Amino acid sequence: MLRHALRIAWKDLRVEARSKEIFVTMVFFGGLLCVIYSFGFGHDDASVRGGVPGMLWVTLAFTGTIALGRAFDRERENDTMRALLLAPVPRLSVFLGKAIAMTALILGVAIVVTPVLALFLGAPLLDYPLQLAAEILLGAVGIAVVGTVFAATLLKVRSRDVLLPVILYPLLIPLFVAGTNSTAALVQLHPNLEIATYWIQFLGIYDAAFLVLSLWVFESLVIE
Amino acid sequence: MGRVAIRSVRIDKVGKRYGTERALAAVSLEFRAGSMCALLGHNGAGKTTLLGIVSTLVRPTAGAVTYWQDDRAITGADVRREIGLLAHASLIYAELSAIENLELVAGLYGISADISAILDQVGLDKRARERAARTYSRGMVQRLALARALLTKPSLLLLDEPFTGLDRDGALALGAQLGELKAAGTIVVVVTHDLEAIAGRTDHVAILRRGQLVCDEHGDYSYDALRDLYHRHTA
Repeated sequence: MLRHALRIAWKDLRVEARSKEIFVTMVFFGGLLCVIYSFGFGHDDASVRGGVPGMLWVTLAFTGTIALGRAFDRERENDTMRALLLAPVPRLSVFLGKAIAMTALILGVAIVVTPVLALFLGAPLLDYPLQLAAEILLGAVGIAVVGTVFAATLLKVRSRDVLLPVILYPLLIPLFVAGTNSTAALVQLHPNLEIATYWIQFLGIYDAAFLVLSLWVFESLVIE
Repeated sequence: MGRVAIRSVRIDKVGKRYGTERALAAVSLEFRAGSMCALLGHNGAGKTTLLGIVSTLVRPTAGAVTYWQDDRAITGADVRREIGLLAHASLIYAELSAIENLELVAGLYGISADISAILDQVGLDKRARERAARTYSRGMVQRLALARALLTKPSLLLLDEPFTGLDRDGALALGAQLGELKAAGTIVVVVTHDLEAIAGRTDHVAILRRGQLVCDEHGDYSYDALRDLYHRHTA
């Protein structure tokens, strides 16, 4: 199953490498948000340390939604999702493949946006790179897993662009709470690695729970 | 992984509703190996829905479809491995070339296919094969879509308006190709309005009208016979 999932993910990334449409849009939008934050929020130490976790996770959520919407629009254009579902591979590998590609895109944006945010706001985001990388990785996986299920389900719905964030964000609230708390623990004046680790573990549990749930419901949601 | 060819498909009282709208009502049909069924009817008669159900991509709200290898029913991935689908949409990734699209299919089906040979068979220009499919004309896309459907050597070939986008010669050549596949034992099911392209090759005609099966006949059909049958049951 994993072999087929990786093949589908590779296909998605190859298509994206040719068109560069989604990644460039995500990075541009993420960069734009960073500029807005740098003008819209105070640059004093307390404001930056208090605000930057929210800014980082809002950026990941918004850019992730762009990727989810467009990636599945692409599958709709020539009805290629049907082709994937018709292949004699476990249908769950289609889900996993899409989620892996989506995770890669969100991580790609995070790699660009995080240093930009640190630079524009003078935020100490990169003081604990390993912990930050772990929480962003788990956050990206969570957004991709939950988002892939709903983006695939809404593929044939006319108002999917509106519905996707409306359905997705409430389910992502625990992930955002964990992500912002974890980042906040790393960037506060006296960083608390214990609290950061607690929330990183929470993210891991969230991902595992939604991965199992998604694998369980995906097939029944995508077949008409 | 061994292949299990589908020898017959039994559609038993299949119905489909989309909300309150009825798309199909108690349709029963049987397709057998080495036959070509022309699935006819006006737009909105339920042909594409029935094809979707047979292809396992649409779930019926009533009845069932069973796929038989002689006296053994087969299910799941074994069935999907045997289905070739040429749908309304091309099922092709526009950013990938013809060769890359077919390599992806071959990889997912776990087969090592001679991609050049299949592209020769459908007549896709050699110079176009490594270009992104988004640069293709409608006819070239249709040829690539056909190559995609034939690549896996399916024992059940489902075609939804396969002659769209092809010129007259191309349509007749495709009709002849479908005749050869039928003779080789493939179950061919064609949804079409192009009766000329399938005349003399189809040996089974099923006509749907407003979701109901109004004709299920076997025989040899000339173009005139097909046209008469069609008009008689759809007028």
